[in-house]
Amino acid sequence: MLDWLISLWSDPNTRWILMGCTLLGLGSGVIGSFTFLRRESLLGDTLAHAALPGVCIAFMLHEVKSASLFLIGALVAGIAAVFCVSAITRWTKIKSDAAMGIVLTFFFGVGTVMLTHIQHSGSGSQSGLDKYLFGQAAAMVTSDVYILMGVSVLLVIAAMLLFKEFKLISFDPGFARGIGLPVGVLEHAMLILTTVAVAAGIQAVGVVLVAALLITPAAAARYWTDRLPVMLAYAGVFGALSGASGAAISTLGEGIPTGPVTVLAATLFFVLSLLLAPRRGLLSKSLRHRNLKADYARSAERSALNAAEGGSQK
Amino acid sequence: MKKESTAVAPLTVSGITVAYQRKAVVEDVSFALPEGNLVALIGPNGAGKSTLLKAILGLVPSISGSVSIYGDTYKKMRSRVGYVPQRESVDWDFPTDALDVVMMGRYGHLGWIKRPGRKEKDLAMSTLDKVGMADFARRQISQLSGGQQQRVFLARALVQEADLYFMDEPFAGVDAATEKAIIALLGELKRAGKTVLVVHHDLSTVEEYFDHVLLLNKKLIAAGPVETTFTPELLHETYGGKLAIVSSNGREALVKQ
Repeated sequence: MLDWLISLWSDPNTRWILMGCTLLGLGSGVIGSFTFLRRESLLGDTLAHAALPGVCIAFMLHEVKSASLFLIGALVAGIAAVFCVSAITRWTKIKSDAAMGIVLTFFFGVGTVMLTHIQHSGSGSQSGLDKYLFGQAAAMVTSDVYILMGVSVLLVIAAMLLFKEFKLISFDPGFARGIGLPVGVLEHAMLILTTVAVAAGIQAVGVVLVAALLITPAAAARYWTDRLPVMLAYAGVFGALSGASGAAISTLGEGIPTGPVTVLAATLFFVLSLLLAPRRGLLSKSLRHRNLKADYARSAERSALNAAEGGSQK
Repeated sequence: MKKESTAVAPLTVSGITVAYQRKAVVEDVSFALPEGNLVALIGPNGAGKSTLLKAILGLVPSISGSVSIYGDTYKKMRSRVGYVPQRESVDWDFPTDALDVVMMGRYGHLGWIKRPGRKEKDLAMSTLDKVGMADFARRQISQLSGGQQQRVFLARALVQEADLYFMDEPFAGVDAATEKAIIALLGELKRAGKTVLVVHHDLSTVEEYFDHVLLLNKKLIAAGPVETTFTPELLHETYGGKLAIVSSNGREALVKQ
């Protein structure tokens, strides 16, 4: 075990990937907390699935595998998808959950067709583009990792600088508008940060699973605290640990993909939080309920006894 | 600034119309509020009271008309306006406490990036005390009763230190203690020369709580001082057949059906 940990750190390539995935988890967890609180959890999924055709088009245009190029492709496609969703909800009576469902499957369908086409054309296998479906951090080169780290740090800094504004538009957008905050601009800024988080995470976690990095750490963090800054910290730590576990465990064997392991780790944190968190956790809730019942039964017994004694004295 | 405001009405609304799809919800409403008055906006359900309020604040788009606040646009006068939305408009399970929500009222004054500090905290604390909520400052907001949540919202509007307040049904579903706290607060605002427009439901308390009244049923039926405007005839016109007038002790009482 110790040997394994040491070997992770001593190999420079693995070390970089480990750090990249950790920072990615941190950034996604922090930004994802706002997405979670705004009840836009499906948004991450839409952005991620929509990114696939964006990545494919970027590859087809330039015939090179470059993280920054793919990031731009994923960003543009994600923004296009969000634009489609808001156009549907605006011009029809379809609600946003259905609109997201329609748009994300459509984009993903288009992306899958493109991916198949690329693979059949022969250049796909060299490109390793198929890794994008489930994510393979080991496939990243140093420049990819730099981008991943830069983007993750940017996410955390943006969330810290705009903390007060993001909090207010998440809690009460009407009031935020009333005091003169440009709510539309801030909502777009948050959307772009979310898109960046998703686009950056795709290479490590994959389009199918990357949304989990936004939502699951945030959902787990909500169990531990009633204060937003603390929740962001918990979500960041859960995300970072998930990313680190994914990167570390996938080095154990050739066939272990990073993405699924990262998501499994995040889910484990969620389940533990759900069960064990103080006050909000299920265990503490059921204990409290049992104590309450016992207390009540005892006091009822006592009053019945008192009543009986009172009766016999008469 | 202050000198001008005595001459100009705190709020002048001219010809506001709001429509959802093609149906007008608020139609051609014009009025001006006298400074330092407590004003009730009343009318039957679906009369467009909340919509009118939101249209004045630019929260829903109006298809015609204009709003002037202390003689200027709402955008320029925003810092003089405080708003208390309906309690149901937010998610009370949000991870924050009462004190933090009240401090949000200072965000407009703080500007970008800057965090609230000692000064904001003290102000928020003393305002919570004013609405009888000092003991609940650190309580998570979902653990407050409906009335207590309403008082937190009021405190948040108070720390804005505005001159013109809009309150959307602050009395809806609150306990007696909260109702009393709100009335005390309204009195205090009035003494400080502030103007307050309240969407109100309970006709039996209008005469007791308010100076001025706006009667709305899609169109503005009447606007004026309570003594001359809150009359059975005008109320009948506003509520249509949904209102019965019961005479007792020579004074007329109004009963909503």
